[in-house]
Amino acid sequence: MRELLYRHAIREALDEELARDENVVVMGEEVAEYNGAYKVTEGLWDKWGDKRIVDTPISEAGFIGMGIGASMLGVRPVMELMFWSFHSVAFDQLVNNAANVRYMSGGLCHCPIVMRGPANGGTAVGATHSHCPEGLFAAFPGLKVCSPATPADVKGLMKTAIRDNDPVYVMENTLLYGTKGPVPDPEDGDHLVPLGKADIKREGSDISLIAHGRSVLRALEAAETLQSEHGINAEVLDLRSIRPLDQQAIIDTVMKTNRVVLVDESKPFCGVSAQITTLIQEHAFDHLDAPVKRVCALDAPAIYSPHIEDEQLPNPKRIIEKVLTLA
Amino acid sequence: MPPTPALKDYAQADVNRSLTPEDKIHFFREMARIRRFEQTALKHYNGGKMGGFLHLYIGQESVAVGTVSLCGEHDHVITAYRCHGHALAVGMEMNPCMAELFGKATGASKGKGGSMHLFDPENNFWGGHGIVGGQTPLGLGLAYGVKYKNQEGCCLCYLGDGAVNQGAFHESLNIAALFELPVVYVIENNGYSMGTSQTRSSAYKHCLAQRAEAYDMEWDVVNGEDLYEVRAKTQIAMERAKKESKPTVLEIDTYRYYGHSVADANAKKYRTPEEINQYRAHHDPLRLWRRRLVEEGVLTEEQADAIDKEAKQEANASATFAIESPAPEVAEIFDDVYWETDNNTEAANTGRHFFND
Repeated sequence: MRELLYRHAIREALDEELARDENVVVMGEEVAEYNGAYKVTEGLWDKWGDKRIVDTPISEAGFIGMGIGASMLGVRPVMELMFWSFHSVAFDQLVNNAANVRYMSGGLCHCPIVMRGPANGGTAVGATHSHCPEGLFAAFPGLKVCSPATPADVKGLMKTAIRDNDPVYVMENTLLYGTKGPVPDPEDGDHLVPLGKADIKREGSDISLIAHGRSVLRALEAAETLQSEHGINAEVLDLRSIRPLDQQAIIDTVMKTNRVVLVDESKPFCGVSAQITTLIQEHAFDHLDAPVKRVCALDAPAIYSPHIEDEQLPNPKRIIEKVLTLA
Repeated sequence: MPPTPALKDYAQADVNRSLTPEDKIHFFREMARIRRFEQTALKHYNGGKMGGFLHLYIGQESVAVGTVSLCGEHDHVITAYRCHGHALAVGMEMNPCMAELFGKATGASKGKGGSMHLFDPENNFWGGHGIVGGQTPLGLGLAYGVKYKNQEGCCLCYLGDGAVNQGAFHESLNIAALFELPVVYVIENNGYSMGTSQTRSSAYKHCLAQRAEAYDMEWDVVNGEDLYEVRAKTQIAMERAKKESKPTVLEIDTYRYYGHSVADANAKKYRTPEEINQYRAHHDPLRLWRRRLVEEGVLTEEQADAIDKEAKQEANASATFAIESPAPEVAEIFDDVYWETDNNTEAANTGRHFFND
């Protein structure tokens, strides 16, 4: 199978969906003439022109609200947020309008919109540019949230998100854009990954590492070391989407290994990992041989210092240490 | 100064000269229906039959009826939480509107939206929205959609005078002008941003619409008590949107007799009884239109009374309908959250959307 960069996998998804459905438009800051702040949309403006690829002002409440309004009329906008951290500027549009319009109208209105862009830190961009809002948005019924870790998953989930009739928020990661991985060839058929379906990225029998987004890669690194240095065979479950959440896959892996460490780049308090801990407690408590443990971002605003930023994030060293406490 | 040269009598504007007597009577009937609907709603709200807020439109009827009367097939309407007048003006029936206020399953939004969230996409009405100014970017999106689909149409996006100070509104004006979108922002200036008068909430010299100049956008000020003027000036703005794809800000001066919502029933805290009585006595759009039609010989007092009586009966009947309607079932709380769940698609069976098991 050919290999693609994560950013190119997203671009291929956008390109294919632009070709498939003339209602799809790509909008955001610097997505067109500038070719994308992260080069995700590179070349799309040249190919599709002003009507389909739209540069917006730095005006999140304005252009995201505009996308939501247009989606009510049947346009299917894919909105790039240069950083998911900028969600706060458009929070009203994201949670009051996109999430609620279907419900408040008793099902008369739909909002088929995709919001995408990088979440999380890891590149020393400091506290205002490192937010990790998967759990925040997953807390609003009406929204769907996914966080793909690999090029194949981000392509397949992006295409599914664009075709979905509800608002889907895709959380990418700056550090994933340059990662490479196998992606099915378009000639072999439409590559779609369903929302709400987790994926076992590494089979294992001794402990389950449950993660999403870039944390999946950190968990995989840790699993290799655990195997080679400690003889611990860890399973890595990639959630891929946070809402809908593949609850069955979580319960299944717990029943298989009886030990869990959750790896979550967001903060521990009211985060995704807190939700999953509750889920396991409610549905798989009897299968646990040890308490559920978590490796999250350390509970402070994101530090700038590039010398220690990685220590704040769930890195392989911290994951291994946590696993060893359960051994 | 506003760009539209003032006519002495807006009845002579082309858009009004072409009106038939039936059209004019229709406008009276629509205004009367809105007023009677609201009075009936107020009565039952005070009787403890409704939840939440009730933002009454009484006193502003000429704005919704006058502007919406110009809408064609590809024109869209979106507004804020004071939405009953617009909903009825676009053609929603009283029954689903009233039932929605009562929170009944027969309501326009099945009891899920309430007073602030009436929707009717079939009539191009994209809702009442609850956050001050939050609907202004959505109106932009509707205009974007019209343009994207190469339709000749525009969006009328209503907001109150309080919303002009929201960032979302300013962002919307910038994008509307920059992208040349066919949107008409209609500021219904009733003088009060909730309980704070405009002079205490808005930095301005002459009017609010003039802010459009900062975005190189056309604007105008309209006397809302004159339905002819509302139509004449709105028509110019809508033509600009449709023919030139250019946005406009219209500020329509109007007045609300009741509080911001029924929750601040004591509107006298921030305005005098004399002020309210002055508007009721001399500036009431419904009475002024009625007098105008009688003077024109289009309507007799008896006919006007009969129309008003019908409106009252219709409103009362809608309240009876609402009272007799069932409440939604508890299980319906989970409907209308996700499209695919309601439509039982394969995707809906993958993973879980709800977490309350």
